[in-house]
Amino acid sequence: MKRVIFIAFLLSLSFAATSSAQTITVGFTVSRTGALNVDSLEQYRGFELWRDTVNAAGGIKAGGKSYMVQFASYDDESNSKRVQQLYTRMILEDKADFLFSPYSSSLTATAAIVTEQYEKIMLTTGAAEEKTYKLGNQYLFQMFAPATQYLTAALDALKARDPKATVAFVYEDASFSVAVVTPAKAYAQQLGFNVVFAEAYAPNTTDFSAIIDKVIASKATVLLGGGHYADGSTLARQLYGHKVPLKMVALLVAPDSPQWSELGDAAVGVIVPSQWEPQSTFKAQYGPSGADFGKAYSAKYNAPPSYESAGGYASGLILQHAIEQAGGTDTAKVAAALNSTDLTTFYGRSKFSTVASEHGLQVGHTIFLAQWQNDKSGALVKQVVWPLAGKSADLKYPIR
Amino acid sequence: MSGILASMIDGLLIGSVYGLAAMGLSLIWGVMDVINLTHGSMIALGMFGMYLLFSATASNAYFLLAPLIVVGLVLGIIVYWLAVNWVVDRPILMSLLSTFAVNMVVIGLGTAIWSTSPYNVNFSVPGITVGEYTFTGNHIAAASSAVVIALLLELFLRRTRAGKAIRAVADNRAAAELMGISSTRVLMVAFAIGIALAMASGALVSTLFPFTILSGAGYQLKSFVVTVLAGLGKPFGALIAGVLLGLLEGAVSPFIAVSWIPLIEFGLFVVVLIAFPRGIFGKATA
Repeated sequence: MKRVIFIAFLLSLSFAATSSAQTITVGFTVSRTGALNVDSLEQYRGFELWRDTVNAAGGIKAGGKSYMVQFASYDDESNSKRVQQLYTRMILEDKADFLFSPYSSSLTATAAIVTEQYEKIMLTTGAAEEKTYKLGNQYLFQMFAPATQYLTAALDALKARDPKATVAFVYEDASFSVAVVTPAKAYAQQLGFNVVFAEAYAPNTTDFSAIIDKVIASKATVLLGGGHYADGSTLARQLYGHKVPLKMVALLVAPDSPQWSELGDAAVGVIVPSQWEPQSTFKAQYGPSGADFGKAYSAKYNAPPSYESAGGYASGLILQHAIEQAGGTDTAKVAAALNSTDLTTFYGRSKFSTVASEHGLQVGHTIFLAQWQNDKSGALVKQVVWPLAGKSADLKYPIR
Repeated sequence: MSGILASMIDGLLIGSVYGLAAMGLSLIWGVMDVINLTHGSMIALGMFGMYLLFSATASNAYFLLAPLIVVGLVLGIIVYWLAVNWVVDRPILMSLLSTFAVNMVVIGLGTAIWSTSPYNVNFSVPGITVGEYTFTGNHIAAASSAVVIALLLELFLRRTRAGKAIRAVADNRAAAELMGISSTRVLMVAFAIGIALAMASGALVSTLFPFTILSGAGYQLKSFVVTVLAGLGKPFGALIAGVLLGLLEGAVSPFIAVSWIPLIEFGLFVVVLIAFPRGIFGKATA
């Protein structure tokens, strides 16, 4: 009889455990193919590492329940039409509880239309352009520091080093890059720099010869701009091939990828405005330290994390924290928890604007400048050079 | 050196590659009256062919052009028998659809194998510096290779029996057949040469710029413009027209945003179609 009672007890325990372990579905698209694939894959790895870490620890604990995380994820082919179809599918067919954004401002702008229509929370990462957050959205929350900050940091660093520099802006004709460069041009003039050349190029440009000839003719000593990995890496390669005598080159996004070092000598000295660097020393109130994140990431992917990877992981952490604060997965309660979030993780501070005209805009996070430099052994490494308070090396200026 | 001159030299160098790309299209169009819509995908296959061969051998990329041209000839013969021979004398829409179908198959297979992510051939040749401007060795080598291949083709068409047969079939197929020329074999050879030229131009482009399986489409469009400029069936004229197009790009780019250049090119395309319907180098019909 005792044995029967004991078995019944074990069975009821296992039933209780089964009934309290629930699943949260997080939906997002990844640009596994197309022009955005390098940056998008880095972001995906951040999501994936967060999910695996959470599930290994027994899931998200909220309201007395444990929620295991599962993904609904598809390849958007770097194509906004696919994003529109797939976000609808993830909400209606895969029943996603929460969403992460695709990579890039333009794809996110498309996804946000769908998620707002269905009143679903979407944490955006890899989507810095402010415009999307100024359309009255209620369920959109931005993890990246806004686009206006990207090149202003580079101009501040330049002002400190060479206030008489002449500046050229060469940038991708895409929503993110235009959103970065437009305020940066105005800021450069405000700082007293002579902006001698500015031109946008088509997103699929592979031949920069004509633009490079114009940069040389303009006598610019500094070039700021770029867009994403495919065009940014090509531009850097061709600037080096044409031996353009520039003292400083700062490009958006592309140089943050570990793949950048494959450019060899063309990579040296290039600066990237960064959302996060492994040398960052934020004291995490929640989640792993930067060192622990870096170790776990390198162990899993055999490569150092980029800021896209860190942004991906941090999106998961912020969502996890909000679910815990809300005591469950109810959309309204989790949205309210996100609205009141002011949290420092290994990625830095995250706080979302609750002002109606810019709801969800990131107002807590700030930008670093990282520069590719040769270390003592000659290996290419990325060093934090700005702000000066957090630098791991001096800015190399001029590059050569 | 002035910026305009440097820009025109850059334009001339890349224009030679446009010209080589257009030669294949022009030859097939002129000889067979077939608008070959596999042209772009064959250029892309040339890019990936160079990538694979270079990755495997790590030898001088420009020495790899010869085996790639042979691969192009074989591929051209296969595509001819699979998709072109059946539609040669049929309405032009048939050949458009047939070659478009092959194009879609190649793009589909290419996307499955290589995705649409960019690839690079990491091979560089030292450049030449004049004042502040440096002309990369790869551009110079690619342009030189394009001119050499174009000259060899011209010699083949003018000096060899097979080449003369191609020209004869292009001028008057019925008369050529009466002279004992097998027009089917000639058309097959012409098509194979056209594909080989497309692949060679793709291989040269791959040494200059990153590429994806979709990259051929842009060069196919430029090839149409160059072919119309030169006139149908004028392969060497296509090379000259390509150089002219490159020079035009170089000459106007210092004065306007580069993103406006396609507008000027296609504007020119329309003007030439109206003013010289048979192309700059084309003969008026009697």
